[in-house]
Amino acid sequence: MTALRQIAFYGKGGIGKSTTCQNTLAALAELGQKILIVGCDPKADSTRLILNSKAQLSVLQMAAEKGSVEDLEPEEIIRVGFKGIRCVESGGPEPGVGCAGRGVITAINFLEENGAYDDMEYIAYDVLGDVVCGGFAMPIRENKAQEIYIVMSGEMMALYACNNISRGILKYATTGSVRLGGLICNSRMTDREIDLSEAMAKKLGTKLIHFVPRDNVVQHAELRRMTVIQYQPDHPQADEYRALAKKIHENSGQGVIPTPVGMDELEEMLMDFGIIKSDEQMIAELEAKEAAAKRVAVHA
Amino acid sequence: MTAIKTIDYRNDREFHEKLIEEVLESYPEKTAKKRAKHLSVTQDGASDCGVKSNIKSIPGVMSIRGCAYAGSKGVVWGPVKDMVHISHGPVGCGQYSWSQRRNYYVGTTGVDSFGTMQFTSDFQERDIVFGGDKKLKKMIDEIEELFPLNKGISVMSECPVGLIGDDIEAVAKERGTAIGKPVVPVRCEGFRGVSQSLGHHIANDAVRDFIFDKREPEAFESTPYDVVIIGDYNIGGDGWSSRRLLEEMGLRVIAQWTGDSTLSELERAPKAKLNLIHCYRSMNYISRHMEEKYGVPWLEFNFFGPSRIAMSLRMIAEHFDDKIKEGAERVIEKYKAMSDQVIETFRPRLAGKKVMLYVGGLRPRHMINAYEDLGMEIVGAGYEFAHRDDYQRTMDYVKDGTLIYDDITAYEMEHFIQRIRPDLVGSGIKEKYSTQKMGVPFRQLHSWDYSGPYHGYDGFAVFARDMDMAINNPAWNLFKAPWKAAEPAPASA
Repeated sequence: MTALRQIAFYGKGGIGKSTTCQNTLAALAELGQKILIVGCDPKADSTRLILNSKAQLSVLQMAAEKGSVEDLEPEEIIRVGFKGIRCVESGGPEPGVGCAGRGVITAINFLEENGAYDDMEYIAYDVLGDVVCGGFAMPIRENKAQEIYIVMSGEMMALYACNNISRGILKYATTGSVRLGGLICNSRMTDREIDLSEAMAKKLGTKLIHFVPRDNVVQHAELRRMTVIQYQPDHPQADEYRALAKKIHENSGQGVIPTPVGMDELEEMLMDFGIIKSDEQMIAELEAKEAAAKRVAVHA
Repeated sequence: MTAIKTIDYRNDREFHEKLIEEVLESYPEKTAKKRAKHLSVTQDGASDCGVKSNIKSIPGVMSIRGCAYAGSKGVVWGPVKDMVHISHGPVGCGQYSWSQRRNYYVGTTGVDSFGTMQFTSDFQERDIVFGGDKKLKKMIDEIEELFPLNKGISVMSECPVGLIGDDIEAVAKERGTAIGKPVVPVRCEGFRGVSQSLGHHIANDAVRDFIFDKREPEAFESTPYDVVIIGDYNIGGDGWSSRRLLEEMGLRVIAQWTGDSTLSELERAPKAKLNLIHCYRSMNYISRHMEEKYGVPWLEFNFFGPSRIAMSLRMIAEHFDDKIKEGAERVIEKYKAMSDQVIETFRPRLAGKKVMLYVGGLRPRHMINAYEDLGMEIVGAGYEFAHRDDYQRTMDYVKDGTLIYDDITAYEMEHFIQRIRPDLVGSGIKEKYSTQKMGVPFRQLHSWDYSGPYHGYDGFAVFARDMDMAINNPAWNLFKAPWKAAEPAPASA
């Protein structure tokens, strides 16, 4: 048996973490890996493409019904989906109530202590986009994920999030074994996206693991609650995910302690790439606009 | 209040200043700089004791303070006997505040009174993750069913409730309407503020926001002599021995806040002609509010020891007609023989004994003259959670050169006791046994060491007896180890 590898996917909300995660893991399962996906999001939608069904029963929902997590058995909440991938959702309260972060902590501890990780080769955590509190940093902490993969794109807010998550990793990396595995660019077709992603990776002291091109087939598959691997295994997009899966598989132990940058440096980089404009640029544009308006006024 | 002439003595300024230097020397520079502001020696004529107060305790030292929940549930709300007070959150806060602070009350516990009972929502993991509002709702309904004679419910918020942002106000409002009784949400999470003091304030505000003017007023016939005792928690019956004196001088006490009190008494207070405030620190807020909103003046008084009692009775009487003024003189005269006898009995046994006090927000000054009535001298005084105005008021009590310590650390306290070797230390349960192990007599001044009352003339007799019992206990003669009998007693550390 190979050593258990724990990886986690982080990134800005809506960036395509769950989609990328499930497609990649489906490809890893094709390679014969035994995988458990742990969805760390109160919405409990991290495993629908693998299970081909809507949000499943969650640890916390079941625990609440039964009384407490002590009354639960892992088998009651683990579902098996595509290629034998095991799936579990931490779940959590409805929006605006209680403490979802505490829920994630409870759920992960429960799974670990009750043998859900036994005989697995991969544990993959899919974490809610905004690491708002300690609970969502749980997979980064000691003895959890060894490698964090940040899903990002060439959009400004995705890059901010990417840098922020790296700061979280840095905080725990100094006291534990967590490392930044690399960046995964889920293309939004922005200008010079690959260059920017690579520049970002360089700033963080890591690498761009893979650039996943944008393709509508992903959405088509998703509508059918499937991964591309399952829906159209022969589609070139499926090969993209296979390539990504292979790179992650081979990236074992290659993680780094990230070197997140300050806000100024990050903004400077974004300006260099024309993502955001400097004050001088904005003033120049404004003046040009006003001059044009004046010309129109004079002519009229 | 103004100063009062009791006995003459001066404290050893130079020695006390040296003691402060000694404790500061053992701290790291930053800590020493901060603690220096909380330690002082009084100077006659100064406007306050010269210490900073109501500031966050320093991490790494042992503070004696409590938290906002303690101030709200344990002090202000807990004694309201016909209401059920829910400790809302994990079980510990409720468990360790069970039974209250010896707030004596009359009533049938479990039927119409609930003072020594403990109600807690006992949060589990599930309540944290999914929110405790459902449990709170259910709990209120169950309380209403099991204890139908409750007059209302308060919800004392513990830390986690604030952290997860539970909307206890909404539940309180909804269930209050449903059961037709006041349900009072109190946001006294322990992490708020620097000590229990903020809890008092929050609790006062909750009375203002959720009790005053909320229900049809009860039928109430005013008299010109209506007063309320504010800030007496009836520890060991203190409120009762105070009330007796006021009634004997012709006043009518329409409410006690909050020792042995009822919800009706809380509601009725704004109808008083004068609010009499004993514990200024914990209830000045609501007294000021009643003054502003209902025009009820307030007056601080002090019922510790015959000197202060007589002075207070006369001050109170000043606010009323000749009938009451005569009443005050009559009461003072009536108890004179008794208190003289107490002094005659105990003063010879206690005169010249030196006392260090470290209590909450009132007693370190209020009790000073009572000790002095017995011929005892106060060498040091300090408060857990006093504010600047308390240290200003303290100047009316202390003698020149008194050692002052705000939010004292365990280390400082031990050092001061060891070096001063007073004849008595008055403080709390946590300080009791370490002090006694140093061979220094001790009395608990939060709970009266399960004795009391100490207020009023009745209380003075009990007080004098207790202090004598502590100091002149023959057990202290057995303190020296027999094999060390030949050596002289340690004078200092």
